[in-house]
Amino acid sequence: MPATVRKGSWVEIHCVVLPAGERAPQVPAETQAVPLEMLARGRLAEAAEPGDEVEIITAAGRRLQGTLVEARPAYAHGFGQPIDALVPIGSEVRALLRERAQGK
Amino acid sequence: MSGQGYNEVMARRAAIVLASVGIDYERYSTGALAFDYEGLLADAGYDLDTARRVQSRTAVGDTPLVELPNVTALVRAVSAPGKGARVFLKDEAANPTGSFKDRRASLSVHEASERGYKGVVAATSGNYGAAVASQAAKAGLDCIVVQEAFDSRHMAQPEIAEKTRACEAYGAEVLRLSVGPELFYVFLRVLEDTGYFNASLYTPYSILGIETLGDELIRQVRAAAGRDPDVVIATHAGGGNLTGTARGIAKAGAGQTQMVGASVDLTGLHMASDTDFNRKSFTTGHTGFSIPFTTWPDRADVPRNAARPLRYMDRFVTVTQGEVFYITQVLAELEGLERGPAGNTSLAAAFAIAREMDDDRIVVVQETEYTGAGKHPIAQLNLAREMGVEVRRGDPRDNRPGRRIVIPEHPAQLAVTDVDLDRLRRSYVRNAVAQVPDSSVLSPIDFAFLAAETRVSEVEVREIIDEVR
Repeated sequence: MPATVRKGSWVEIHCVVLPAGERAPQVPAETQAVPLEMLARGRLAEAAEPGDEVEIITAAGRRLQGTLVEARPAYAHGFGQPIDALVPIGSEVRALLRERAQGK
Repeated sequence: MSGQGYNEVMARRAAIVLASVGIDYERYSTGALAFDYEGLLADAGYDLDTARRVQSRTAVGDTPLVELPNVTALVRAVSAPGKGARVFLKDEAANPTGSFKDRRASLSVHEASERGYKGVVAATSGNYGAAVASQAAKAGLDCIVVQEAFDSRHMAQPEIAEKTRACEAYGAEVLRLSVGPELFYVFLRVLEDTGYFNASLYTPYSILGIETLGDELIRQVRAAAGRDPDVVIATHAGGGNLTGTARGIAKAGAGQTQMVGASVDLTGLHMASDTDFNRKSFTTGHTGFSIPFTTWPDRADVPRNAARPLRYMDRFVTVTQGEVFYITQVLAELEGLERGPAGNTSLAAAFAIAREMDDDRIVVVQETEYTGAGKHPIAQLNLAREMGVEVRRGDPRDNRPGRRIVIPEHPAQLAVTDVDLDRLRRSYVRNAVAQVPDSSVLSPIDFAFLAAETRVSEVEVREIIDEVR
């Protein structure tokens, strides 16, 4: 059974602003082929289920319509695994400075 | 309600912008293409003292100038004897939202508040959005930020995801769009719907806010070293950073300081391409903005751009993505300053330029930005790898934007590539002249204007125009 999201919950909605093929004239072909989409977050105006057409109240107090994507959308960005190419740099440059100091 | 389609809204652009900025740009026209640039800036009403006052009340500015003795030592370790200028850094990350954009936002939002607007809107995927949101919070104004944030696979750039989070943390409404220049169309619709102030990056307020940065750094270098800096390097994208800094430096009376613009080279990547969007590791401070904005500033969201870099830029250089990631690591491990990669574009350029200079000279890196989740080399390089971009050590000259990021193996490999400013100046003159239907309407005022815009002689301006005809 789909989980109902309560009125007032912080949610994310999605909508299509411009369909594929109705983009600005100057965009390249690969961009013409896809729609201009929008994602926005706000408080759900009425209880609903993911996939429903809903209204949210945004942080600026505006009402926006769209498809309910999810409740409590996560901020998923972070760092990830260390990058091999960056790891040795610090010790390399410290060694260069030591060599130079000793060379004086 | 009037038509909301792309063409219909764009047709109303002039009226929407006029209502949201409240500047009658037409008043400043002095010729077929000339306008009174200094008059436009003067009428904004923010001289240095006023700007400083507004900024001091909003916790903006007065950032530290930090000498980087270990970076200087590294420069000298790979320089000829007697070469290797002292490297200083203006730590703009110390501003409230972590970048020099707070200086721009403080004046823009102050102006909006003074004029009685109930809210502000900014179209930006970068630090400016968070800066505007923060200043709006202080001023009690609503804030809406419109970003270009993800591609058709809903993959977001980590740097931009962090900006979204920051704007929302300051209480702003954020609209995230998929790739495309129609960001401007959505922005116009929001302005029209809300009647809010256009906190554009290109209004006089936004440029005058940066003059304090230029003025501060000159006074700080004088206090630290008893002389003016020889070179100041500012990251160059839309031109505002460079314009404001150069004007501030001039106002401090540092007539001999060379103003250098630095951009990350992203040649080959299309800025409106859905497939290229996540193949770059820098979302600003790159050639995708700096080349178009240098050769035609009036492409912005206001009729006359207050950012006019060709008036101020003495030298324009590019660096590669890998070199900026490398110097970001060096800054952290040699100076204990962990700062965001985009804000280190000028530091990468400074390393190479300092090697060319005598060791009694001074080069100032004009900014830093904050770092954290998403706004970090690890996050951006992991995205690059996910997108199939090769990331490896090697000679940075082997880099290919969108295909291969090459992190230098040795500091001696850091270099700058000069952009031919003469070629850009000529391009600008051609673009300007293309705005008038018939170049015979151009008068002496227009020729003088073009000469001032490009620092090219009027004789040469006329030669370029004759070539075009």
